[in-house]
Amino acid sequence: MTDTTAHAAADEPDAGALLDIYKRAATIVLTDEKLRAVIRSGRLSTPYYSPRGQEIISAAMAVNLRKDDYVVTIYRGMHDHLAKGVPLKDLWAEYAGKAAGSCKGKGGPMHITHPDVGVLVTTGIVGSGLPIANGLAWASKIRQEDRVTVTNFGDGASNIGAFHESLNMASLWKLPVIFLCQNNRYAEHTRYDKGTSIERISDRAVSYSMPGVTVNGNDAIEMWRAARDAVARARAGEGPTLIEANTFRFHGHHMGDSGEYMAKGELEAAMIRDPFVALRQLIVARGAASDADLTAMEDALRTEIDEAAAYAFAAKYPEPEEALEDVYASAVS
Amino acid sequence: MIKVTAAEAARMAIEEAMAADPTVIALGEEVADPEGGGIRKVTKGLSTRFGADRVKSTPISEQAIMGAAVGAAIAGMRPVAEIMLMNFMTLALDQLVNHAAKIRYMSGGATSVPLTVRTMTGAGRSLGGQHSDMVEAWLAHTPGLKVVVPSTPADYKGLLYSCIFDDDPCVFVENSIHLSARGDVPVGLHAIPLGKAHIVRPGADVTIISYGRPMDDVKKVAESLGEEGISVEVIDLRTISPLDEAAILNSVAKTKRAVIVHEAVRSFGVGAEIAARIHEHLFGELAAPVQRLGMPYTPVPFSSALEKTILWSPEKITAAIRKTLG
Ligand SMILES: Cc1ncc(C[n+]2csc(CCOP(=O)(O)OP(=O)(O)O)c2C)c(N)n1
Ligand SMILES: [Mg+2]
Repeated sequence: MTDTTAHAAADEPDAGALLDIYKRAATIVLTDEKLRAVIRSGRLSTPYYSPRGQEIISAAMAVNLRKDDYVVTIYRGMHDHLAKGVPLKDLWAEYAGKAAGSCKGKGGPMHITHPDVGVLVTTGIVGSGLPIANGLAWASKIRQEDRVTVTNFGDGASNIGAFHESLNMASLWKLPVIFLCQNNRYAEHTRYDKGTSIERISDRAVSYSMPGVTVNGNDAIEMWRAARDAVARARAGEGPTLIEANTFRFHGHHMGDSGEYMAKGELEAAMIRDPFVALRQLIVARGAASDADLTAMEDALRTEIDEAAAYAFAAKYPEPEEALEDVYASAVS
Repeated sequence: MIKVTAAEAARMAIEEAMAADPTVIALGEEVADPEGGGIRKVTKGLSTRFGADRVKSTPISEQAIMGAAVGAAIAGMRPVAEIMLMNFMTLALDQLVNHAAKIRYMSGGATSVPLTVRTMTGAGRSLGGQHSDMVEAWLAHTPGLKVVVPSTPADYKGLLYSCIFDDDPCVFVENSIHLSARGDVPVGLHAIPLGKAHIVRPGADVTIISYGRPMDDVKKVAESLGEEGISVEVIDLRTISPLDEAAILNSVAKTKRAVIVHEAVRSFGVGAEIAARIHEHLFGELAAPVQRLGMPYTPVPFSSALEKTILWSPEKITAAIRKTLG
């Protein structure tokens, strides 16, 4: 737990911000719970890469962003989507492959797109979001907007060439972009130290002359502070930041992952330090809200999520013709 | 009209597009003026006129170039990215194929990628196996991309201008020999519609379908066969994908004979696709099997002596035409 007394009050999220982080995190945690349940029961058939355990990162970043800021994320991205404000019904309907989904059922969980809330790209190709984020940020810079772009990716992605090309270009061009590496210690079944040659990914920022910070991404206050600083820097036109947010994924790479490649007790140890529970305890300890308040918030969210799921299951599948639409903006016959 | 090189014609298209629309921007290795305005000067003067923010030289980072172009396009700009040579496109294919081509579809139309990629290639200059390839068939095989191959300086201008203002990702394939060739180019607005082939020369006996640099020889052969009394209809595809199937079928329905000529490797190529479509629609009406002329199934060799043997030639084109005439 962060030593809160060591920091001035202004260097921490106030009670309102903490509750905002909690609400976004709760939306993610409860959605994840429901998604896993309906997938396990066979009600929903979809690839699913649970972000459970990483929810504080997205929530603490999102409260520092504006609605018009851009977010790019990956297949393990539901937390980033919901934290940024993708409506539950649109998300659920897309997971269910329905016409009412945010991508008309043609993208699915790996490609959720929702420009209204700034979720512009979700990609299933490891490391490929970073170069695109540069382009989004470049567009903002040309238009002299103070919009910020955040691109999320995993520890494994930091070994892809595109990561290095992108950090170099973003630094050269002083782009308003935040590279948010969610280091959950595994890339599929590969333990961090077997795939990554450096102890701290944030040290890679040195090669690209940009600030690089490693934080405990599961600590709402630490993560909020890193996000705030990177957002302020980008918004002020001072350039990119690499944030390495340490975390752990609670449900393996994807649904059904046996986890046999992990050391005994590693997952259990991480789950005992559940970041969502820790935030709840912090909020209650600080008197920002009572246990009962938070339970009431969760109950309301659970109802909303149940409604979104029911809506998605009841919604219509796309018509067959839909498969041929949206290939081109201007079709040529 | 003014007489300029194809490189200058392409430069005019970009400059006029940038002047007309502030969302048009350009990036690529050495495209800004301090770095020379592009290795073939196609972007010369643009960074000086429009500012260093809109015309950016990049590091040698093809993924980052293509990705930045994709991102800027999603954000509402009209980027013109230069990938110095078509063989270097291999390094950017993830962004082009998995992202530029599919993002509109996968987002259900919520986002689109109005991006133009300019690239240069072509055999005939002894540049060997990694600097000469025509890989337009790979790209045309990817739904969501438009692939354009111009053959005259005027078309360099008119087609590139249309690519820039098209709302889909377009790959514009420049030819390294043609870039220095001169021709008449319209001054002022010149836009040629994408997806429409150009009937360069009407004819009655045989249809020859081609695009890019081989068009020069195709036109010459058609002319000389015309003097012999063989009437050759010449189609310049201009756009490979979407293919102007109607223009091809209308012509071949009339002539009943078709020859396809391209620089790229013959096997699995654009010619194969065109031949298949002709057979699907006109099988019973053909007077002869469709002929395809393309490079043999080999990388491009260095030696000019060898390079010549694998490329098309007026003699090979003439022979293919005569074969359809029996
Ligand atoms: C370019 C590419 N290579 C391989 C894969 C297969 N793959 C999917 S996820 C993954 C692991 C990525 O790990 P990391 O970047 O740490 O993200 P995490 O899944 O842990 O969130 C791999 C190898 C892919 N999708 N894309
Ligand atoms: Mg990982």
